[in-house]
Amino acid sequence: MRAAVVTFPGSNCDRDLAVAMEAVFGRPVLRVWHADSELPPVDVVGIPGGFSYGDYLRPGAIAARSPILRAVIRAAERGVAVLGICNGFQILTEAGLLPGALIRNVGLAFVCREVELEVATTASPFTCAYPARARIRLPVAHHDGNYVADVETLDRLEAEDRIAFRYLDNPNGSARGIAGVLNARRNVLGMMPHPERACDPKLGGTDGIPLFRSLLSALVA
Amino acid sequence: MIAQVRIRYRPGVLDPEARAIARALASLGYRDVRSVARAKIIELELATSDRAEAERQVREMCDRLLANPVIETYEVSLGD
Amino acid sequence: MNGEVRITPELVAEHGLTAEEYARILEILGREPNLVELGIFAVMWSEHCSYKSSKTHLAKFPTTAPWVICGPGENAGVVDIGDGLAAVFKMESHNHPSFIEPYQGAATGVGGILRDVFTMGARPVALLDALRFGDPAHPRTRWLVSGVVAGIGGYGNCVGVPTVGGETTFHRAYDGNILVNVMCVGIAPADRVFYARAAGVGNPVVYVGAKTGRDGIHGATMASAEFDERSEEKRPTVQVGDPFTEKLLIEACLELMASDCVVAIQDMGAAGLTSSSCEMAARGGTGIELDLDAVPLREEGMTAYEIMLSESQERMLLVLREGREDQARRIFAKWDLDFAVIGKVTGSGRLVARHGGRTVVDVPVAAVSGASPVYDRPFELPAPAAPYDPDERVDRIAADEALLRLLGSPDLASRRWIYEQYDYMVMADTVQRPGGDAAVVRIHGSNRGLALTTDCTPRYCAADPRTGGCQAVAESYRNLTAVGARPLAITNCLNFGNPERPAIMGQLVAAIEGMSEACRALDYPVVSGNVSLYNETMGRAILPTPQVGGLGLVEDLDRMVGIAWSEEGLRLLLVGDTVGWLGCSLFLRELFGLEAGAPPPVDLAAERRHADFVRGCIAAGLVRACHDLSDGGLAVAVAEMCLASGGGARIHLPPRVGLRNAWLFGEDQARYLLAVAPHTVGELARRAAAAGVPMVEIGDTGGDALILGDARPISLAVLRRAHEAWFPRYMEG
Repeated sequence: MRAAVVTFPGSNCDRDLAVAMEAVFGRPVLRVWHADSELPPVDVVGIPGGFSYGDYLRPGAIAARSPILRAVIRAAERGVAVLGICNGFQILTEAGLLPGALIRNVGLAFVCREVELEVATTASPFTCAYPARARIRLPVAHHDGNYVADVETLDRLEAEDRIAFRYLDNPNGSARGIAGVLNARRNVLGMMPHPERACDPKLGGTDGIPLFRSLLSALVA
Repeated sequence: MIAQVRIRYRPGVLDPEARAIARALASLGYRDVRSVARAKIIELELATSDRAEAERQVREMCDRLLANPVIETYEVSLGD
Repeated sequence: MNGEVRITPELVAEHGLTAEEYARILEILGREPNLVELGIFAVMWSEHCSYKSSKTHLAKFPTTAPWVICGPGENAGVVDIGDGLAAVFKMESHNHPSFIEPYQGAATGVGGILRDVFTMGARPVALLDALRFGDPAHPRTRWLVSGVVAGIGGYGNCVGVPTVGGETTFHRAYDGNILVNVMCVGIAPADRVFYARAAGVGNPVVYVGAKTGRDGIHGATMASAEFDERSEEKRPTVQVGDPFTEKLLIEACLELMASDCVVAIQDMGAAGLTSSSCEMAARGGTGIELDLDAVPLREEGMTAYEIMLSESQERMLLVLREGREDQARRIFAKWDLDFAVIGKVTGSGRLVARHGGRTVVDVPVAAVSGASPVYDRPFELPAPAAPYDPDERVDRIAADEALLRLLGSPDLASRRWIYEQYDYMVMADTVQRPGGDAAVVRIHGSNRGLALTTDCTPRYCAADPRTGGCQAVAESYRNLTAVGARPLAITNCLNFGNPERPAIMGQLVAAIEGMSEACRALDYPVVSGNVSLYNETMGRAILPTPQVGGLGLVEDLDRMVGIAWSEEGLRLLLVGDTVGWLGCSLFLRELFGLEAGAPPPVDLAAERRHADFVRGCIAAGLVRACHDLSDGGLAVAVAEMCLASGGGARIHLPPRVGLRNAWLFGEDQARYLLAVAPHTVGELARRAAAAGVPMVEIGDTGGDALILGDARPISLAVLRRAHEAWFPRYMEG
């Protein structure tokens, strides 16, 4: 299992994601700099949380136009798995790899808490190790996690079983409780909750581990 | 040449900040406010003095970076 | 303009310098200063930079211990935490700026304290905030709370350092002067701590970070001036923070410090380029020559005065080894930050600055930085408050009703509304989240942790500053102990009113003496700190608030405990003596409107004995949950444990309890509540007896209600509603 994590100026969950991936994958994770224009050969790329470019203009907007993102888009087209978490999700929507957009939380304030989620589909390389309809707890920590898309897009996401996670207690006003979505090919996942923060019992939860185990079983098989 | 880009949410995107402003105005007694919308303005100073060229450049910038077409619309206006 | 402006007595006074201080400047220079030099002396001799009113008393703090690597005087304190690592930490106030512009004031407070820590080579790993606001009913309070909390979150969340703890209280004495005290903790290799000592004549002096603008000119003197009605007009001096640049600066500086390019490094904080260059040269016993034309500027036409005194944020001053400029420049270019060689270290002992081909500053650094005036201001020690003698009236309110009202009061209500706006989990090492006694962050890649807490009980300090100072230290020690940590050292922030008033000076002196006594008795030295005076508006001072920030070490995270238990049928043991001390209690204030009496006495020998006992029991694996008893006493502590656990408990009142509510809500010190497995009670009792520690069994865990003696049971749902409701409802207005 070859994995890489991208660091943008202002990323701050890059180390956390690499640590969690290394623990589950059992081998070192490559670190990639935003100015690089090529990705090393990998099976999965992590786009981490944080405040890339200070969230200036729109969260994720500037990172989505960086050299490495062009390489990530090409990799996704080849079928490489791409996992965007929090700011990573924002970047993937801005880059057009995922539909919709993430705007200011409905409560206006930054929200950091553990939320309950439903694993809405297990038909993806990111969720296949969860039991069907599993209820899990993951932390969220964001200011702009309110998922919006037009009705046709939302209907299509549902019809195509592309909603990966739904909030059971919606913390940000996301349309239809959407916490994570897949692309049509199902090899790109964007999600606001932080699975990498729930991979260690000392941190208060382990519900994030099956996500990385899913990748391990789906991509190495 | 100075170009001004005005970016606002598409109709139908519920802007939580605009809604909060509306609520706050109501609580101050401004009952006549029917709706509130926010926009952001980005000012660009361009080297060209050709208006058509300026407009073309700025629209391209909007499409590529300044606005997110999924949720936003924009208007470009050119100064002297 | 330099050299052309005449230095008049009015101009001297506008700079906050007295006639005597100005006479001293003339003597030092042997001539009249020019305007730039006057500005330099003014900021360096301001209370904020020079500690001129507190210096003689600050010397009373114990500052050494075998584990202390660096005490006060540097950017932050440094203690040895084993495994070749050091913890670097400090607390600082940003009170006045936060009152004027709460979002930016609080945000830049976070930015400043972060720089104090990473400037020493440490990666920041945690932030805590101690906040004091005015009466919730005051028209400005809600706006201030909202802005300060958003500002702290806006900055800390973006730089990616978890905000893991702190405290927030309300009192009308802070109506015109809120307190925002921010603590930052970092971790560095113990043998690679960097100091701010300019050395090596000829070494380049380098400016890195954001560009210089006209922000906060004279912020340092503002932070030392009493508020008046015109303070609103001072708004333009508040700086704007850019956490994104700060994040880049952290990464670039740590990357640079991993090479061997850096001789010295200091944040350009209050008084900007002036204080950083003067202090680095003074500590190193050298001089510095600056070329102000080389300073990266954000605005055109800036004068030497403005460049020297700007408080633009996210800037650092470095001394590099000669010849390493290019290596360092590449690192800053990678992070897209400005990098400019702006001068060199000299052997002259003088700060010399040139601008536009002219020498605009030429002053001796030792005199500017070290020979600032020191005032032994007259002080009156406060008369001790008479103890409050409770009678049966305190029992007229039912215990369950009293508890619900206390839990729903502004000072005890859940702080969830605040801490959910902070990313307390980023860096994925937060092993004790906000809401317990101390936050704990894991030392990355190990099974050890740093326990962190901020403490002060201003109402105790107001009634008796000496006991209050002592209590703040003792409570900090208890909070660390309660998670199983060994307390190592403290930082502090001494917030007081106008020291030119003997009564206020008396509060400061008494508080320092009380703190010193506690630090000495507990082997818990002061390694860094900050003083914030003149916190008063139109003659009304804040409550004396000697804020303590404590740091302890958890050797084995598998043995750490929190305030939550996870089983029913555990026994609850109360450690320490309970006489039912109601003087200065929240019970009296919230339920009877009384701010009366003396604060609970602090027995330092008992504090140490009880703490050693509790820590020993936790280390031996005998404790399932533990909570320090403080505001609101036993009843509030057990309620907080129930809420954290999601389970109920029953408390048995002792026979011949006397005043029931005094026993339940009294704030006697040196106490802990332990939840333990029934079969270990005997072992714990033997240990307590052997250590001479009073301990009684007072109840057990179980059910879904809290039952205080014969009072009506309070269901957990009711308890939670009472605890959670106040803050969000208040903030919604």
